[in-house]
Amino acid sequence: MPAVQETVEQVRLIDVDQYKYGFETLIESEKAPKGLSDDTVRFISAKKGEPQWMLDWRLKSYRHWLTMTEPTWQNVHYPPIDYQAIVYYSAPKQAKDRPGSLADVDPRLLETYEKLGIPLHERAALAGVAVDAVFDSVSVATTFKAKLAELGIVFCSFSEAVQEHPDLVRKYLGTVVPFNDNFFAGLNSAVFSDGSFAYVPPGVRCPMELSTYFRINAQDTGQFERTLIIADEGAYVSYLEGCTAPIRDTNQLHAAVVELIALDNAEIKYSTIQNWYPGDKNGKGGIYNFVTKRGKALGANSKVSWTQVETGSAITWKYPSCILQGDNSVGEFYSVALVNNYQQADTGTKMLHIGKNTRSTIISKGISAGYGRNTYRGRVQIHKGATNARNYSQCDSLLIGSTCAAFTFPDIQVQEPTAQMEHEASTSKIGEEQLFYCQTRGITPEDATNMIVNGFCKQVFLKLPMEFAVEAQKLIGVSLNLEGTVG
Amino acid sequence: MLEIKDLHVKVAGKEILKGIDLSINAGEIHAVMGPNGSGKTTLAQVLAGRMTYEVTGGQARFEGKDLLVMKPEDRAREGVFMAFQYPVEIPGVSNAYFLKAAVNAIRKYHGREEIDAMDFVTLVQDKAKLLGLDETFMKRGLNEGFSGGEKKKNEVFQMAVLEPKLCVLDETDSGLDIDALRVVANGINVMRSPNRAMLVVTHYQRLLDYVIPDFVHVLVDGKIVKSGDADLARNLEKHGYGWILEETPRPPQAARA
Repeated sequence: MPAVQETVEQVRLIDVDQYKYGFETLIESEKAPKGLSDDTVRFISAKKGEPQWMLDWRLKSYRHWLTMTEPTWQNVHYPPIDYQAIVYYSAPKQAKDRPGSLADVDPRLLETYEKLGIPLHERAALAGVAVDAVFDSVSVATTFKAKLAELGIVFCSFSEAVQEHPDLVRKYLGTVVPFNDNFFAGLNSAVFSDGSFAYVPPGVRCPMELSTYFRINAQDTGQFERTLIIADEGAYVSYLEGCTAPIRDTNQLHAAVVELIALDNAEIKYSTIQNWYPGDKNGKGGIYNFVTKRGKALGANSKVSWTQVETGSAITWKYPSCILQGDNSVGEFYSVALVNNYQQADTGTKMLHIGKNTRSTIISKGISAGYGRNTYRGRVQIHKGATNARNYSQCDSLLIGSTCAAFTFPDIQVQEPTAQMEHEASTSKIGEEQLFYCQTRGITPEDATNMIVNGFCKQVFLKLPMEFAVEAQKLIGVSLNLEGTVG
Repeated sequence: MLEIKDLHVKVAGKEILKGIDLSINAGEIHAVMGPNGSGKTTLAQVLAGRMTYEVTGGQARFEGKDLLVMKPEDRAREGVFMAFQYPVEIPGVSNAYFLKAAVNAIRKYHGREEIDAMDFVTLVQDKAKLLGLDETFMKRGLNEGFSGGEKKKNEVFQMAVLEPKLCVLDETDSGLDIDALRVVANGINVMRSPNRAMLVVTHYQRLLDYVIPDFVHVLVDGKIVKSGDADLARNLEKHGYGWILEETPRPPQAARA
């Protein structure tokens, strides 16, 4: 029986508090002064001891960003962000600049990740998952590095990659998401602090899940991580990111950039379980999750696959996309986005078909509850010359209650007569009839809701790595706050 | 087992049931017949606990307990089952998963452990065989894309697996072809037991050719106007409801007489 089917029981076992990751780690941190200027950019670069080319790229990005304006087309509402009130760099103070091993890492940090269910000691770590732990602006530890290095796989923090693998970083940085791509990507390019870097050499199938666990801890701090993953010819890698933050009543900005590059016959599978603090039930606080994620299926027969479960954040604005450049390349997007209380999400994908015989699949499941607003926005573009390109899109919305809203903005542009496009959409509401039917079989309305929601999401959950599929289901139950009312 | 006294029910402000008295003992099958709009489905839904139906008077006791104050899920856990006239579809939730959740919810209520996965499979296979059903439908979404006949068979199948004490069947025979009718009737008959009671709401005699009721009640305009044995149903089939209405004085007049 698939893991998806165990939910009802599991959700009962979860703690009653709605957001259990809301604790704060009391640790002294080293911060940049509030605000953004050339000096802030130089400060961050100097902290990391970056080479000149990296600083130059940051400064170029920053100066371009100054000419850009914040986008307003998205279907979300929030008060203006004061970019001068944000701290752009915060790092826990450590005895050494760069911990050489776990023994050098502050035990309070290890404890934090332990509490989050991400043990960093390799003997205790999740079997088959290598973790890069990013705390505020820096990576504090990366597990299983040595083991991966035996296969020629590089998995380290972005800062380390700049030092140790400058050729790879210079070759690929900004090739998928250029510094002038959009307002938030531009900001990130100027002030990105850390993130993960992975390179899988030709013909190597990465034997474990690579994973980054992002944690925002310090107050008034933005997190601007940058992730770059390269799968060389014939390589395969599956990558997973998780995100949490303490409960705070002010909003915090998270503007990340993720770039994926798959060369000939390579495959990258990228999964996200996003559970940033969503704000309280009245909509106070929470993370602004304004993220640019894009993968380039550069080589022939390459594949980029996104799976996301978005349950956290006050506002989510992200469109993990695929540029299908190589002939016969494949792009996938599987998404569950849930909004409850006053959460807002404007999320979806872009599939740009450039190569011949390129194929893409979009499965989007939006769930709205409370006063949540959930928008699916998708663009499928078939460029001229992308002969026999195919796309299948399905976007379904599920409404719980009568005060929430769901929106769908599909945009299909076809310049190639041989293209095949399919688009399906549905909107449904968990009805009184469905709940009553379940009740007459002995199932409470809360359990029934959970069951219906999980049934709705199943197609996407099945795409997640096994361990995380269970996690995702629990999260959905907790985010809807169903377990609090059971029994 | 079930004791209904002077039950009055309003739906959307309109009185539908106007004083129902009905007593059902274990081992009995009662058929409730009546013309369209007489309140048959309302009676079934009220017993199952539909909250949109407002009870304005009277009572219903199940094994001595006040049924009307119980939540629908607790009624189910106590042993009341309702087979729906129009079962809902729940896409993505398999029949097997749904039924297992129901079995476990009921077991938990009675302080029993959850059913073992293998035991559940065996239970499902046994019941499917007993009813002459192909169990492959268990993997499909709950009633998802099922034909009307398949949905009704699934209701009877769920009833067989959950083994309730009181089965309320709301027009389970409507819209069935003759083969499906036989499967449904067979399901009801194999469920017949000295420990179990059934309330069969139906429009037609034809189900009662296969399931012989102990009692037949005729519901007209929210009241039971005539009760009898299986012969009553046959008479209705032959002569329609008209003769009862003529023969029976209108209830308010009877009260005055």
